[in-house]
Amino acid sequence: MQRVGVFVCWCGSNIAGTIDVQAVSEALKKEAGVVFSTNYQYMCSQAGQNIIIEAIKEHNLTGIVVCSCSPRMHEATFRKTAASAGLNPYMVEIANIREQCSWVHKDMMSGTEKAIILGRAAIAKVNLNTPLTPGETPVTKRALVIGGGIAGIQTALDIADAGFPVDIVEAKPTIGGKMAQLDKTFPTLDCAACILTPKMVDVAQNENIRIFSYSEVTGVKGFVGNFDVTIRKNARYVKEDICTGCGACVEKCPMKKVPNEFNLGMDSRRAIYIPFAQAVPKVATIDPNACNMLKSGKCGICAKVCATGAIDYNQKEEYIQEKYGAIVVATGFNPISMEKFDEFAYSQSCDVITSLEFERLTNAAGPTSGHLVRPSDGKKPKTIVFVQCVGSRCDAYAQKGKEYCSKICCMYTAKHAMLVRDKYPDTEVLVFYIDVRTPGKNFDEFYRRATEEYGVKYIKGMVGKIIPNGDKLIVRGSDLIMDKQLNIEADLVVLAAAIEPDKSARNLATMLTASMDTNDFFTEAHPKLRPVESPTAGVFLSGACQGPKDIPETVSQAGAAAAKVIGLLAKDRLTGNPCVAYSNEIMCNGCSSCERVCPYRAITYEEKESHINRGKLRRIAVVNPAVCQGCGACTVACPSGAMDLKGFASSQIIAEVDAICR
Amino acid sequence: MQINEHKPLIVAFCCNWCSYAGADLAGNNRLNYPADVKIIRVPCSCRVNPIFVLRAFQRGADGVIICGCHPGDCHYTSGNYYTRRRMTLLFSMLDYLGIERERTRVEWVSAAEGAKFADTMNEFVKKVTSLGENKKLEDLRCKR
Repeated sequence: MQRVGVFVCWCGSNIAGTIDVQAVSEALKKEAGVVFSTNYQYMCSQAGQNIIIEAIKEHNLTGIVVCSCSPRMHEATFRKTAASAGLNPYMVEIANIREQCSWVHKDMMSGTEKAIILGRAAIAKVNLNTPLTPGETPVTKRALVIGGGIAGIQTALDIADAGFPVDIVEAKPTIGGKMAQLDKTFPTLDCAACILTPKMVDVAQNENIRIFSYSEVTGVKGFVGNFDVTIRKNARYVKEDICTGCGACVEKCPMKKVPNEFNLGMDSRRAIYIPFAQAVPKVATIDPNACNMLKSGKCGICAKVCATGAIDYNQKEEYIQEKYGAIVVATGFNPISMEKFDEFAYSQSCDVITSLEFERLTNAAGPTSGHLVRPSDGKKPKTIVFVQCVGSRCDAYAQKGKEYCSKICCMYTAKHAMLVRDKYPDTEVLVFYIDVRTPGKNFDEFYRRATEEYGVKYIKGMVGKIIPNGDKLIVRGSDLIMDKQLNIEADLVVLAAAIEPDKSARNLATMLTASMDTNDFFTEAHPKLRPVESPTAGVFLSGACQGPKDIPETVSQAGAAAAKVIGLLAKDRLTGNPCVAYSNEIMCNGCSSCERVCPYRAITYEEKESHINRGKLRRIAVVNPAVCQGCGACTVACPSGAMDLKGFASSQIIAEVDAICR
Repeated sequence: MQINEHKPLIVAFCCNWCSYAGADLAGNNRLNYPADVKIIRVPCSCRVNPIFVLRAFQRGADGVIICGCHPGDCHYTSGNYYTRRRMTLLFSMLDYLGIERERTRVEWVSAAEGAKFADTMNEFVKKVTSLGENKKLEDLRCKR
């Protein structure tokens, strides 16, 4: 039993207008444990807080009940007041007699009666309160960025600039991501490589950044400030620290017909390869599925020509264990497969290409050295049709494509159309669209330039079918504004394929216990107020893994995620929420019911010596207070009643129920 | 009109993040509902042990309502799904014991749905009032 002080607030006339505050404080004086009860016009004011402080000292109070506005409003205020008088801040309970009483009931009598009951419940609860102290955990001052595209690069650079070490894990042999494959970028039409590759070099030269390329995260344990991560470094059969990236091995490799994934299979590479000239790290990688030496032991030319002796056919994958304080997910996106969109003849004609393939085709470093020609015969196209929203904004029942808008397609299609008209002013360019969505700084101006200055023809309507006819493609579509069917003879068709999160994301989300939406995009902790944090503490989101994004947005989100990481790593210790679950080890029978319902994996099991049979070990649930968020799911799942929640203990809630139902 | 119309006693468990905030919003907007409803704040609807519901009925509550975030919106990602399953089981058992289904309820109220909170409470109070006093599970030793 506590020595309870009750403080009833008038809130001017907000409470006193419909509740007899005098009667409330008088009635509550009679409750068990109450040694002091008063009322005042504004409890939250300095004068009101002083009344509380004085009363705590004078009456030696051990518990406080404030009958006032919602705890969501002033619980923190009154906790501070209590703390300033030397009382544990968690010995304060609020009875909400404003939002949930005086403001919703007009009748003075029933309002007063209810206020007394609510006060009674708070007193019953505070009598069972125990002083709580937030736990503290140390922070490992190192960050992990998963994904080395523009999102990961920017996040890593910003964190490293603040002086914290960062590791980037990238699945591909080089960092750079999708942006490295692009030709020009909207809305300024500056070349992607010109703005990206200097950043890649910055990453390589920054002494705070380590790059694990051709590597994957295979295990994550621990919690905010203390993650234990396992990284698998795949065997590239080349010693990274020795290889100079001279390319002599690539030149001499006899396996010339390997589809080049960097150019989306539009040309070929060798079995030993460097993805592109500005790759970081600039190190060769052997494709084990194509290399003769690795498959049959017959070749070994690359080892012979390598001047530094960097080739190592016996290299094995390597597992690295590292500790991190924060993890940033930057796994990015991919265009969806065109398999389900056979009406567009993607699989039938190589002159039907996706927008990303178009990027490579028009890129000076691409398979055609920047000559925009038909992949089938190498001829200059006279008519190009762009089809927007292929797989985006689809009906859910159609079971193909995505329901969401991929966001970037309107802008890059306008860009592509302009690039074509720039190169070939006599080529006709038509764009089929549902809506043109160009919000963003200088975006709509960019789109208008495409239509007004570059003479790109925009047609509102969808394409129903594309039929290959000889060396031409017949595009059947409808023009909704002119209300007519169109049959256009095109030389090249470009499909603006929807984008989806990278396939690796789901597996990663499971490892991180980070949540995803139905489309496999990572969910943010709050869509508006915490957009770069995942609901799992210590895990942050950067770039298109969270939703479709263009480069400017990705870079700003990357910076925001970095700021959040820096804020976390700048702390030496983390203070947690003390209202966490705990297990009574005498009652726990180690059944695992609590572990199964915990959304944060905060519960683990330990073998502890039995209290009854000394020397015998029992399996006991242990809650990690740094990970527990205090939802209480485990308390209900526990069949033996061993699990309870501090601040919202079963006994406290039952006391409230009893007080209300008295 | 009856002279001594029965005033029901209703216990409402509200999760801290959505429904409790929704109840606050009903207050901010001055949306009236009967004073018979007494709210108990819990961190998440999944903190509500079926024992608390039984306890309330035993102590003389006429209705118990549990309010949480909408499915998919739980602050703790999955808490309200546990609530839904646990309470479905509990309510069907209570029904079997003779506690009418209408005396128990799970409702999703977001922090933006002040009006829904008030409407829900008005309707629930009306329903429970029409059912009269809860006698079935009430422990007379706990009688007021």
